[in-house]
Amino acid sequence: MATAAQIDRRFGLDRRVVLPGLFALASGQSLAALEIGYETYGELAPDGGNAILVCHALTGDQHVASDHPVTGKPGWWRRLVGAGKPIDPARHFIICSNVLGGCMGTTGPSSLDPLTGERYAMRFPVITIRDMVNVQAELLNHLGVGRLRAVVGGSMGGMQALDWAVAHPHRVQSVIGIATAARHSAQNIAFHEVGRQAIMADPNWRGGDYPSDAPPAAGLAVARMAAHITYLSEVGLTEKFGRRLQDRSGLGFSFDAEFQVESYLRHQGLSFTQRFDANSYLYITRALDYFDLAAPHDGQLARAFAGSRARFALISFTSDWLYPTAEARRLVRALNAAGAAVSFCELDSPYGHDAFLLDAPEMNRIVDGFLRAEP
Amino acid sequence: MTALRPDLAAIAAAVPAGARVLDIGCGDGALLAHLRETKGVEGRGIDVASANVAACVARGLSVVQGDADTDLGDYPDDAFDMAILSDTLQAMRAPAMVLGQLLRIGRRGVVSFPNFGHWRVRRALLLGGRMPVTPSLPVSWHETANIHLCTIDDFRALAADLGFAIESATFLSDGAGRGAAFANLLADQAVFVLRRR
Repeated sequence: MATAAQIDRRFGLDRRVVLPGLFALASGQSLAALEIGYETYGELAPDGGNAILVCHALTGDQHVASDHPVTGKPGWWRRLVGAGKPIDPARHFIICSNVLGGCMGTTGPSSLDPLTGERYAMRFPVITIRDMVNVQAELLNHLGVGRLRAVVGGSMGGMQALDWAVAHPHRVQSVIGIATAARHSAQNIAFHEVGRQAIMADPNWRGGDYPSDAPPAAGLAVARMAAHITYLSEVGLTEKFGRRLQDRSGLGFSFDAEFQVESYLRHQGLSFTQRFDANSYLYITRALDYFDLAAPHDGQLARAFAGSRARFALISFTSDWLYPTAEARRLVRALNAAGAAVSFCELDSPYGHDAFLLDAPEMNRIVDGFLRAEP
Repeated sequence: MTALRPDLAAIAAAVPAGARVLDIGCGDGALLAHLRETKGVEGRGIDVASANVAACVARGLSVVQGDADTDLGDYPDDAFDMAILSDTLQAMRAPAMVLGQLLRIGRRGVVSFPNFGHWRVRRALLLGGRMPVTPSLPVSWHETANIHLCTIDDFRALAADLGFAIESATFLSDGAGRGAAFANLLADQAVFVLRRR
């Protein structure tokens, strides 16, 4: 027998919704139309108490546990989300949406501006993490989800999860933030600026008004290569590539990708351009750089969480130098000072920031235990 | 529920129902879970080992990975009704500083430790001429985490020096409670409840 959820077209994989009305942004500007690409897994419990929002990272998307439509690769967090996993459609109603500014179905710079009928490109307003969170809140309203048993995310997804507790404290029972921070550091901003400048220096960028069949792929690939280094660790790179050469026995005295690490980065850069929009990359990195939860509170992070009653679980990884343990500890201090129930664990991993996307049994154990605990 | 370690049971007896408690060096969370289930205590924990933190979170406790020697400064004054330091003081680099933090964060502090004045310890040194290995100090000197061992009388003296009043004291011998008479010689573990003067 089909249940209401199964025949309700709001629920399921690869959904789209256009929400009416002006959507106000942190910048003071607004969007005339808002489309959201999202997926849901499992069924919302009658009391609405099993909803979990999963937030994706900079270059992630709503395909958290389903195959990617472009690359065909399995969902980006299949290790944590799926049957028998800590976040399980058999027990949870799971929502994951493409962020505002993205290029996988949610309104972003590659969308058509309804007022002009043309792509927004660089006429898209600058957005923030808070704007992304508010779009997710609109989606939850559309889905009939009042409160969230948990908001879960890694990296930029973790920032959204934290901001949920700040922006919508009454809707959030618990927050899981993995490999994340309450602000972007000077070094974080610096690496992003390298990426943005690489895109803008590509002649194909054309001030953002590139045709879809001639994007600034070279610039976007360089941006991805620079960023990808920050997702790994020196130990990880040495272990994986060392100084080994790619398909050759000796130095070629050329500028080909002679080293394996060069070949790997070029591949990462190139494959990224096939699934990601350059302008989206500009806007989302900007939103990350603007992120600082303490900024509205004279730098006092604890005050940001004053209204929250959520439980928090934070996880960092030893070799993550993008969002290092020190940033997680700063959050722990602030949450303790705010009287929040917070758990924190630094896990051993040689894989750098990317560790949160890889096999991490301790991470799964903590997430599972935290989610199973009575709120 | 499995039985609590005897010193933990003595600590639990000192915690009033519904108290806000911080357990420093909470291990796998046995005490916090016991306090939650039997006394409705709202507990938090700190432990240095990630495996212990994972075990605590898995039983629904709020526990932070951290080092009592360095991380207690992160907690505000009077954040808890009781701060507990069970079988941990002797492993601290700076026990006096940690005790000071304990009574800053908590309105009251509970401390349990192995008594280095126990007769088995004295006998091992006096007759054997060797560092003692006893039921309450089971690890040999070069492997033990215990770097600042003290006797019950030492602890009383330190508490007085730091300006703390001893509200109550419980003494254990081979896991069973015993009286205060000759405790410095006959008790192998002690549990003190301290408050600020």
